[in-house]
Amino acid sequence: MAYRAHVIISGDPQQAQPVTVALLDEIGLLGLSNEIEVLAATDLTVATPSIEAIVYPDGVHYRDLTPDNARLVATEHLLKGRPVQNLMVQEQAVEPLDEPSTKEVRVVLRNVGVINPESIDDYIAQDGYAALGKVLTEMTPDGVLAELKTSALRGRGGAGFPAWMKWTFARNAPGDQKYVVCNGDEGDPGAFMNRRVLEGDPHSVLEGMAIAAYVIGATQGYLYVRAEYPIAIRTLRVAIEQAREYGLLGKDIFGTGFCFDLEVRMGAGAFVCGEETALMESVQGNRGQPRTRPPFPATSGLWGKPTNINNVETYANVPQILLNGGAWFAAMGTEKSKGTKTFAIAGKVKRTGLIEVPLGITVREIVYDVGGGVLNDKAFKAVQTGGPLGGCIPEKHLDMPVDYESLASVGSAMGSGGFIVMDEETCMVDMARFFMEFAQEESCGKCVPCRVGTRKMLDILEAICAGKGKPGDIEALETLGRSVKIGSLCGLGQGAPNPVLSMIENFREEYEAHIYDKRCPAKVCRALIEYKIDPETCIGCTRCARNCPVNAITGIARQPHVIDPEICIRCGICAQVCPVNAVSVE
Amino acid sequence: MKSLEELQKIKERALQRRKLSGEGSRARVVVAMGTCGIAAGARDTMTAILSELESRSITDVVVTQTGCIGLCEFEPIVQIQVGESDMVTYGKIDVGRVPELIDGHVVGGVPVAKWQVRK
Ligand SMILES: Cc1cc2nc3c(=O)[nH]c(=O)nc-3n(C[C@H](O)[C@H](O)[C@H](O)COP(=O)(O)O)c2cc1C
Repeated sequence: MAYRAHVIISGDPQQAQPVTVALLDEIGLLGLSNEIEVLAATDLTVATPSIEAIVYPDGVHYRDLTPDNARLVATEHLLKGRPVQNLMVQEQAVEPLDEPSTKEVRVVLRNVGVINPESIDDYIAQDGYAALGKVLTEMTPDGVLAELKTSALRGRGGAGFPAWMKWTFARNAPGDQKYVVCNGDEGDPGAFMNRRVLEGDPHSVLEGMAIAAYVIGATQGYLYVRAEYPIAIRTLRVAIEQAREYGLLGKDIFGTGFCFDLEVRMGAGAFVCGEETALMESVQGNRGQPRTRPPFPATSGLWGKPTNINNVETYANVPQILLNGGAWFAAMGTEKSKGTKTFAIAGKVKRTGLIEVPLGITVREIVYDVGGGVLNDKAFKAVQTGGPLGGCIPEKHLDMPVDYESLASVGSAMGSGGFIVMDEETCMVDMARFFMEFAQEESCGKCVPCRVGTRKMLDILEAICAGKGKPGDIEALETLGRSVKIGSLCGLGQGAPNPVLSMIENFREEYEAHIYDKRCPAKVCRALIEYKIDPETCIGCTRCARNCPVNAITGIARQPHVIDPEICIRCGICAQVCPVNAVSVE
Repeated sequence: MKSLEELQKIKERALQRRKLSGEGSRARVVVAMGTCGIAAGARDTMTAILSELESRSITDVVVTQTGCIGLCEFEPIVQIQVGESDMVTYGKIDVGRVPELIDGHVVGGVPVAKWQVRK
């Protein structure tokens, strides 16, 4: 039986008994009996009479346990993963932070975490809806387009198409009914830029959409948000309700005769539904599959009518551009990439999270100044941008500016703002396998090259990781990759081979090591590594043996322990729990 | 909304209300309730704050919410402002820490330094 956690209880046996009973009872009630093992141990701290417990593999040490607070530990820590601070022997200290990096600026995020997202008054206090008022009462649609052109705002959801141009196409397209759509599908794994805006400042998106509607002549808008964002959806619905009450949505807005209303539509979590034409199929109630383009949504979108679609962040920029002027916005960024961009920094970096920086900042500045550097001061290897359809930027490009053109020139992409830092312990074959698995699962199946090609590429990558790579595999990946790219209708198939192709281009020797030497240089691929206990260092504390989920470790207390490589599943828990770092990977 | 003047009036009213004195309140407590906060237990923290204030019969404290302030690892995050002094940001405020926090900062008026996220 493989347990995911162990709780070791100690203290006076008579007093410990009811605590253990309560804990076991609660674990049973929560349905965790198969996942968590409770063990009785001798005294952890002889000096105190308190009942104590240590939860492994986290190593969290609780004191003063009673039957009641043991139940709390079960529901909070064991079920939800939140250690109960005030029962811990050493409360996790809050280490005060420095001031935020001065390289960060807040344009899109200026209200997020500042205002109450459920109060329209709070948004209005920050000049909210002043841009819409100005546009409706003082500006013509062409005037708005001119301002947007000066700002040079480009789409923040993927390809970086100039917003003013897209809006112009939709404005000029003939049609009795037009629509505006906001793309809040945010399907990139690990990305939460849009969620944060929708949850923290929903009105900025509504205002941007209303301005777009005025320019192109739409009266109805749709916000497409994934169902995995229940709080964002709720916040948006509250915001729409409040805007309606104030007459900022609905009929005759600002007494100008302009009418516009909005509806939230939920996506069911398919990555392809973030693709604009598949998204529209989904809004219409059909299966989410891309359409052939052209015709583009600007002339034939929702229900075949002219439709403007932009990303959440694109819309959220619009009100401020109109309040502060296009030139203000264009003063930030590079020649062709203006303004700021939010990124979700993840991976092997000290400060993960969400940042907003001016475009044109270098990769190095993001990783080291804003992100605080590589985790545990390991060596930087690469960063993946553009999510599962993007590519990697190796160390030699650390000083490259982050803008649409530069990223594309090295085979990566801006995408929606994924930024995954990889260090020397990241395996580039395993990473490519991860992204390919994602693309393969999310392929909608409409185009055969994408449906079958991603499966074939994944098969090869899985074999390489499993130590079964053959000569010719790298070349096969390259040929397949090119075919999938040119043979697919939408960006999913066109982009799915990008991560593996760019990783082969930059880290070919790592692929060769896996295939020819059966070696994983980063020590990640389980079939190619082995965990060992150094007998000199091992103190025989038995912790590894007790935490090994498959009982692969044997040894007597206070004697060196041994791992049986035949049983070992290379989960690494022994290395995690070893108090003297006696476990190494080879 | 019929005119820019009407919007301006709402803005002024909202700005006025933001000042604590404008509402006759002694303090403001803000709980970050983005997905990150809620996942870390912000709803329980919010409930605990409300009942802590109620049990002390404190009625002149505004309790509100905001989105993600960008320090997800410190969630649940609670911010407290007393009178006209600066807003103080606290991290990892689970239910167990609420009484001491309210007692120290809201009632006692002294920030609880050990849980402060920024100096
Ligand atoms: C497979 C796939 C997934 C996509 N997912 C998203 C998404 O989650 N959010 C988004 O804004 N754009 C996504 N896009 C890009 C959209 O098709 C479209 O370009 C974008 O919404 C346009 O808005 P923008 O001009 O403001 O960037 C995706 C594209 C593809 C091919």
